Amino acid sequence: MARLTVKVGLGSCGLAAGANQVLEALKESDAVKSGKAELKEVGCFGYCSVEPLVEILDEKGLYTLYGNVTPEEVNGIIEAYLDNSPITKNVILNSAKTGIENQNYSKQKRIVLRNVGIIEPTSLDDYLNRNGYKALEKTLLKMKPIQVIEEMKASGLRGRGGAGFSTGKKWEFAHIAKGDKKFVVCNADEGDPGAFMDRSVLEADPHSVIEGMLIAAYAIGADEGYIYVRAEYPLAIEHLKIAIDKAEKAGFIGKNILNTPFSFTLHIKEGAGAFVCGEETALMASIEGKRGMPNVRPPYPSESGLWGNPTNINNVETLANVAWIILNGSEEFAKYGTEESKGTKVFALAGKIKNSGLIEVPMGTTLREVIYEVGGGMKTDSPLKAVQLGGPSGGCLPESLLDTPVDYDSLVDKGAIMGSGGLVVMDETTCIVDVAKFFLNFTQNESCGKCTFCRVGTKRMLEILTKICEGKGKMSDIDLLESLSNNIKKGSLCGLGQSAPNPVLTTLRYFKDEYLTHILDQRCPAGVCTNLVEYNILPDKCIGCTVCARKCPTNAIDGKAREVHIINQDMCIKCGICYESCKFAAITKQ
Amino acid sequence: MDLRKQLERIIFKYEFVNGSLIPMLQEIQELEGYLSKETMKMVSDISGIGVADIFGVATFYTVFRLKPQGKHTIRICKGTACHVSNADLILTTLRNELDLEEGEDTTADNKFTLFEVACLGCCSLAPVIMIDNTTYGKLDPQKISEILASY
Repeated sequence: MARLTVKVGLGSCGLAAGANQVLEALKESDAVKSGKAELKEVGCFGYCSVEPLVEILDEKGLYTLYGNVTPEEVNGIIEAYLDNSPITKNVILNSAKTGIENQNYSKQKRIVLRNVGIIEPTSLDDYLNRNGYKALEKTLLKMKPIQVIEEMKASGLRGRGGAGFSTGKKWEFAHIAKGDKKFVVCNADEGDPGAFMDRSVLEADPHSVIEGMLIAAYAIGADEGYIYVRAEYPLAIEHLKIAIDKAEKAGFIGKNILNTPFSFTLHIKEGAGAFVCGEETALMASIEGKRGMPNVRPPYPSESGLWGNPTNINNVETLANVAWIILNGSEEFAKYGTEESKGTKVFALAGKIKNSGLIEVPMGTTLREVIYEVGGGMKTDSPLKAVQLGGPSGGCLPESLLDTPVDYDSLVDKGAIMGSGGLVVMDETTCIVDVAKFFLNFTQNESCGKCTFCRVGTKRMLEILTKICEGKGKMSDIDLLESLSNNIKKGSLCGLGQSAPNPVLTTLRYFKDEYLTHILDQRCPAGVCTNLVEYNILPDKCIGCTVCARKCPTNAIDGKAREVHIINQDMCIKCGICYESCKFAAITKQ
Repeated sequence: MDLRKQLERIIFKYEFVNGSLIPMLQEIQELEGYLSKETMKMVSDISGIGVADIFGVATFYTVFRLKPQGKHTIRICKGTACHVSNADLILTTLRNELDLEEGEDTTADNKFTLFEVACLGCCSLAPVIMIDNTTYGKLDPQKISEILASY
């Protein structure tokens, strides 16, 4: 038997950071060729900022996770471990608890991510070894559908897609609904910019989502299901296809599953790129092959969903919780979290945070703990300015609210939403008005056009925000933004429009001063809004290397070699390329 | 094989599958890299689905292209994490290097087509671009010309 198991993280982040080259180097190594080390291709370890990641598991069961591994170094790391003199550099986590992240890791509780980074996503055996499909067995052989629903209700699990509706109740409605044909749908159309939780779960542990769907189908009485996954996630789709194929061959999907009367077929539907399809009625229209436009509710999908049949829709993370709850019991699940929000929540940390990546914490953990303890704090010296939660439907919270616990109700109370779990940290180099404009630009692009308030209202809001960013804003614009926001919320059919003004409303609530500085002083304190900044060259620092002049897209920089250069302000488009490319810090931005 | 025959083959394959217009059009798009008006009319002719329904779906989803595409597809991520990591500067640099005028998305030599996408889900590597199926992260303007030169 091999002495070591060597795991390489091959999620999308890992691949983009060069994990494949590390894997190739490992395949050619003596340790692997001689059989001393066995390779495992796993999903995301969660420490995306230090990818590529390699974990060594030895025969004593001790693990060491290395970060920033290069193809050149990786074989040295393995050899040193085999020689009993492990390299200590770049150890992220280890059994000895001396890794640089061990302390932060202890704040996490992994339910959804229980297998992520541990099993090979394409191996059904790996999943089975981790109690895979045991929950399905338990439900099919020992539980009645109504007992499954009661168990889900007792667990307090709420939908992790953002709105937070009780999963047990949702299943109950679909269970009660009359119909010969029922569907379950997994919503994997993770469209929020800055969110990658669902992608990681699907890439790293696809069977846990499939098992959740099977249990849901049994509970409501469905025999067919769809996973609606966005086409931008090719690796997730590939792993899902492999998982479905293997589950079918092993008899977990198909006719008379585990020799019971329960049968189930499962399809993958690739999204074609439309954010609004994350909304359940739009998603169903899209599965039916139509333009993905939302419909009026009621009737809710649980009564009349896909092709008019009762349909239950859950998000990826919600479904990944299901098997754990069935196996460990609703009481065990309800031990984590707060009174109203049970269990854990997965967050995708991104932006100006040190450990960007994937984490899972009990509900009720404060934002401060998430950012400073689990996330390792800020990436640079620039202080934290705001935390953006919930993507385009959420809001920006200031530093002063960092002690807010992350649970559904506390966040709504502060004007943000839990959302699907994207958490983007912003520092002083981020302009808040520009961020509000960014989100409005997004929602305005993605508005399906059905409701006038959403279609035209977001456009007007975007125009006003653009004006403010250009230094042409008026004081009355602020009132106008507020009244437009309220009307769009009231006049839109679906969640996209109803929540589109949130980024503007929260930034107006917590960062009004920054809007006023843009309007009254025509100044952008963060130096982001191009119309309000000016680039200049410091004569005493410029050595005349000509790099900036050559890089300038509009030829706005004059100067001969070894002479001081000058920026022609009339021609400058404020792209910042000169600022970024100057190696002598001779260009100022004000 | 002429286009009509190829279309008939694809359409027949999907004929009895519920809700298959989107995947069917995706497969058809792969034939020429985009959906021309003529192609869409022909699809309507063969399948009996209304031209308006086909055009409606083709214009709704970003996956469908209505113009000929360059050999390589460059997707620039405009997600939140990339935005706060100065993705705009990467975009300006790309447009500049590719010599794209305002409103253009395909280079004169038809080598590259540039798209802005909402999020590629690699937020920890921001700013990010994806050329065909390869992702490039932690970019700065200097890296862009090196990357483009490798194509």
